[in-house]
Amino acid sequence: MIDVLKKNKSALIGLIVIFFFLFMAFILPFFITNDPKAIFSDALRLPPVWMEAGNQKFLLGTDDVGRDLLSRLVHGSRISLMIGFFVVLVSMTIGTFLGLLAGYFEGRTDKIIMGIVDIIMSFPSILLAIIVVAVLGPGISNAIIAVSVVSIPSFTRIVRSSVLVEKNKDYVQAAISFGAKDSRIIFKEILPNCMAPLIVQATLSFSDGILNTAALGFLGLGAQPPLPEWGIMLSDARPYIESAPWMVTLPGLCILLLVLGFNLFGDGLRDILDPKLRGR
Amino acid sequence: MISRITQRLLKALPTLFGISFLSFVLIRLIPGDPVMLLLGERGADPETYKHMQEALGLHLPWYEQYFTFLKGIFSGEMGTSIISKQSVSSEFWARFPATLELGVFSMIFAVVLGIPLGIIAAAKRNSIVDYLLMGGSLLGYSMPIFWWGLILILILSVQLGLTPVAGRISVMYDIDVWTGFLLIDTLTETVRSEEGFAPFLSALRHIVLPGVVMGTIPLAVTARMTRSSMLEVLSEDYIRTAKAKGLSTMAVVARHAFRNALIPIVTVVGLMFGSIITGAILTETIFSWPGIGKWIVQSVNQRDYPVIQGGILYIGVLVILVNQGVDILYSLLNPRLRK
Repeated sequence: MIDVLKKNKSALIGLIVIFFFLFMAFILPFFITNDPKAIFSDALRLPPVWMEAGNQKFLLGTDDVGRDLLSRLVHGSRISLMIGFFVVLVSMTIGTFLGLLAGYFEGRTDKIIMGIVDIIMSFPSILLAIIVVAVLGPGISNAIIAVSVVSIPSFTRIVRSSVLVEKNKDYVQAAISFGAKDSRIIFKEILPNCMAPLIVQATLSFSDGILNTAALGFLGLGAQPPLPEWGIMLSDARPYIESAPWMVTLPGLCILLLVLGFNLFGDGLRDILDPKLRGR
Repeated sequence: MISRITQRLLKALPTLFGISFLSFVLIRLIPGDPVMLLLGERGADPETYKHMQEALGLHLPWYEQYFTFLKGIFSGEMGTSIISKQSVSSEFWARFPATLELGVFSMIFAVVLGIPLGIIAAAKRNSIVDYLLMGGSLLGYSMPIFWWGLILILILSVQLGLTPVAGRISVMYDIDVWTGFLLIDTLTETVRSEEGFAPFLSALRHIVLPGVVMGTIPLAVTARMTRSSMLEVLSEDYIRTAKAKGLSTMAVVARHAFRNALIPIVTVVGLMFGSIITGAILTETIFSWPGIGKWIVQSVNQRDYPVIQGGILYIGVLVILVNQGVDILYSLLNPRLRK
């Protein structure tokens, strides 16, 4: 495993970035004393410590109501990772299940499932997420549901096409001739052989999920203040773009790096798992 | 060919139908009573309540409601905005040119820059140039464009004062709508004789920043796609033959490889046109660009349900038609599919 990673630089760099954010989310909070929601009314819009007027107490400065930016960014990383995790969990479970059904049974089941998938895919992702939020109301859990719905089709498509290939292979035919039940063939025989593309898709959906949820937060339709979510922090910072540019720079940089990390890792994984594409 | 086109359009019918149904059920899925939601406290008056219910057609059984809704679509009657009291279709078409102009501008930016960059990366495969270009492309692909927009505003507008931060043109100019594209409307003879090129330049300065922001992800995708498509073609036998003949790399790339690599690139670029609206929603919000994206976000925030309903329908139908169009174009371009 380590040898493979050493050869594939993009997967390695991606993994390092992901570990950095895991560290930020789960270890750093123990060392940061300032509460992310605590308001220091005597320290409004303080710049980071390396700038003039910076304060040792707030290493990355404070926001417009005097909250510690470092603490908010650190807690925000936990929220973003959690969002990505749930988006992948929900969309992968539902998407894989639908893909297995469509690919295995074909016929009418396939037509109905793929018809729905086509409709979902014909909507621009963020628009569809906005529609779902418009129905459910804004909030972080509804945003996760909305973004998950958007991610379902890619899982369904990938699983369906692998199932169509696997289904005609000898081991599946053998299982059928033994009289194995459909559910056993689907989950015990076919599914394990569809894992490679599924894992790659999961990584890429993780980054899409983070990006889309942050976009919803930015539009005021995702997580709600005072939650230290990076998208909200960005939209809060907009009016202060001239007077406190660090409020804009830092949360966006975090989103970019985390998304980039997962995309690098996913790209590398695809090369490792699918040798046909190696070197492309 | 014609049978292929009809086939395509017939295949799109169920999807179009599905979209109309989705946009129909949406307004009915919202928790609570839509009439009360629309009326607020005034809904307490039974007379007003009944009036609104009938205006929305909510007193009819659902299949009759859906039928009326479909009839409305075909006669172009999509309901009235609660906030502006204007018809949804006129609001849509008033804003659509702004989004289209921004979209076309950003796609030109993405293609004009992305294709050469992809070709360079493929020609210099596994060199430092290739790594830098592909790294940059992955960076662009991972970009939260709402942040990218703010950063460019911070650097180019706030610190360097190069570009304006909002709107389509300076408020000094009042341009008559002809095509709805300000970059064209500002070049008509009447405008030029009165104001010269100043309005055109103002419109250009306004569109550059949002255009670049909206074009960033398409640029990254185009460059990557061009590279991998070129690499595929460059490994073909006829390329080896061309090289064996002693042609220079330039000649091989330009004359033999690029033309064959173009087919998948055209498809990807075409399909991206359909998803322009995703970029538009975020970009227009940041730059106060008076287009469809900003309109939809505003309507969701104001709970203007007729607008959301009509907007979804228009956008969904447009995206599907564009994608089908790309597919037809693809079969025209690819001789193997031309039968």
